[in-house]
This record gives sequence, structure tokens and C-alpha cells, in this order.
Amino acid sequence: MTMQKPFEFAVRDHGRTVLRVCLATLGPDEAEDAWSDTFLAALEAWPGLPADTNIEAWLVRVAHHKAVDAVRRGVRQRGVAERVSQVRPQESRWPGDEASTLVRAVHDLPERQRWCVAYHHLAGLPHAEVAALIGGTPDAARRACADGVKALRAQQAALGESEQDGWRNG
Amino acid sequence: MEERLMGTLDDARGRFAERAVASGMVDVRYTTTDSPLGTLLLAATDAGLVRVGFEAQGEDAVVEELASRISPRVMRAPRPLDAVRRELDEYFAGTRRTFTLPLDWQLSHGYRLEVLRELAKVPFGTTESYASLAAATSSPRAVRAVGSACSTNPIPIVVPCHRIVRADGQIGNYLGGRDAKIALLALEGALGPDPAH
Repeated sequence: MTMQKPFEFAVRDHGRTVLRVCLATLGPDEAEDAWSDTFLAALEAWPGLPADTNIEAWLVRVAHHKAVDAVRRGVRQRGVAERVSQVRPQESRWPGDEASTLVRAVHDLPERQRWCVAYHHLAGLPHAEVAALIGGTPDAARRACADGVKALRAQQAALGESEQDGWRNG
Repeated sequence: MEERLMGTLDDARGRFAERAVASGMVDVRYTTTDSPLGTLLLAATDAGLVRVGFEAQGEDAVVEELASRISPRVMRAPRPLDAVRRELDEYFAGTRRTFTLPLDWQLSHGYRLEVLRELAKVPFGTTESYASLAAATSSPRAVRAVGSACSTNPIPIVVPCHRIVRADGQIGNYLGGRDAKIALLALEGALGPDPAH
């Protein structure tokens, strides 16, 4: 049986998680476009999706592919721009609240740690699914995730902060 | 927590709804609007207005019904329903007596569809009995079937099933509640001398 649920409910119920993932993987300048691209691709595929699909995990997988596309596009555009001009890109416009500070810290991690932490802790994907998505073994994904969290904790300790809410266990 | 992120999300959802509609992939667009009868849900397809839902029917339930009966590509998108909302506002303000909106009848079939098309001809400010409406159809004695066509009317108010009352002069039932039927007939000046019935 294929999907009978209203697509609007997917946006309503999972839009927030997907936006956090896009912010963590791409930063605020490209997050909304990737978020919008993700849901447009989801809208297209929606009627053919099996009814028992884990919608949030599926959306995160779509978002990952959109993020990789966006990074490739960005690298190409920046390559051209840097040859044309030496002007530094503007400072990114991160929202100033606490949760965004956390998401921003995730964004500042090295790529594989960033993906592993975002998909496991922000989106709740098991390590095995993260590994299937980004390549490598589940153990490697688990280690990259642990290294990422360790780096975030060290950074927070250095800043004298102790906020740890928003983290999921496991 | 996350107020800024949520602000970003609301904006992103609004812009995405416009983009999704422009892509042509949204088969059913809906919105909600305030009215003297409470919040109404309005839904349209490319063909026209397909559903008006009363608050008591539950927004999620109506949207789920649209998804399963028409297409799961359903999205909240207010702008495509601006014309519908405007005509309803004018109707409730007393400045509009007929609707000019294109209608999509796809949620009604067979005899019920025949009944609804017939009752759509009952003019503003008048009432007709279930029996006389039945008499105008291909099954002139199917009074009960006329009643059930009215009670399952997917486009109430615009398709005016509130104008169909009992032959003995009583108001009869209404899918939006009896009070809503009385309010609509009062708005149209079509209430008899004893509206308590």
C-alpha cells in the first residue's frame, strides 16, 4: 500500500528536524534552499512511497543528498568567484539563540563528524543508517559521532557552558 | 528554546508552499478562515472548490479525507483560496447572494451528486423541503436519500443544503450543527416565524 497521508503533515511534523539537519550540515545561508529542495523532492515522490515508510528518516536521507548537491554546487560557484574576486564571503547569518549555537557548533565539526552527529543526534537515525547514507561501516559512523560529541563537549567546557539539552542518548 | 529557528521555519514553510503550488505538484490546496460559524476549512483542486469543512468535523480529519479520496499531495496554501475566502466573507457580511466560484464535484457520485446539483439551484433567501427536492430528481420519492445527500454535502454553504428543511416547517438537521443552519437561514432572511423548531 502506498502513502495515503497528507503531505502537509510531513512538513508540519518533520519540517523542524529537517531544518536543524540542514542548518547543521550546510549553515544558515544555504539551509533554507536545501530544506525547500528536500521537501519539493519529497512532494514529487510522496504518492509512490510505501505507506509504512519511516518518514523522518526518509526525509533526512533526501536532505543529505540535497546537502551534498548544495556543497558541490557551492564549491563550483566559489571556485569561479574566487578566481574573479578576492573579496571574502560575508559572515554567515546564524540565528542568535542557544539551540542555534549548538547547531552551529555541529556545523563547525569536520564533515564526517558533522554528518554523523547531525543525523544521529539531531535526526535520530541509528548509526547503521547513518553509515548506509554517508558510506563506511556502522562502527566508523559510531566513532565519528563519538569524536564529534567529544569535540563539542570540549568546546562547551572551554566556553564555560554546560547546556546539554537537545541531545538524544545512544 | 529555538524561537529564532521556529521563526525561520514558519517563513520557510510559507515560501515553500508557494513554490510547491507553482511546481504544479500540489493536487489539493487548503486553508482555514474565520467565519460567524467558527473556523471553516476550504479546499480546492485545479477544477475548483472541492470541500468546505466545519470546525466540528476536525481539521486533521478533513485533510486526511482529502488525501485518501483525492490525492496525498495535499498542502496548506492560503493564496490559491483567496477568491473563495473573499466570496464567503462577502456572503457572511450580507453583500453577496450568489457564489461565482468554480466547483469540483468529484467527492459526490450518483444520486447524491444529482441531488446536490439540483439543490444548488435553490435561491438565496428561500427554503425547500426534502420531499419537494426529491420530486425534482430522477427518484421523486427518495426523500431519505435526499436527506443523506444533504448530510454528506462536501461543499456546504456554497452548495446550500442549509436551505433544505422539513416539510412540516421544522429546521431539520445540518452537518454543521442545527445552530449553524439557523444562523445561515437568519442571515438570508429565510427563517419562519418560529425558529425555535
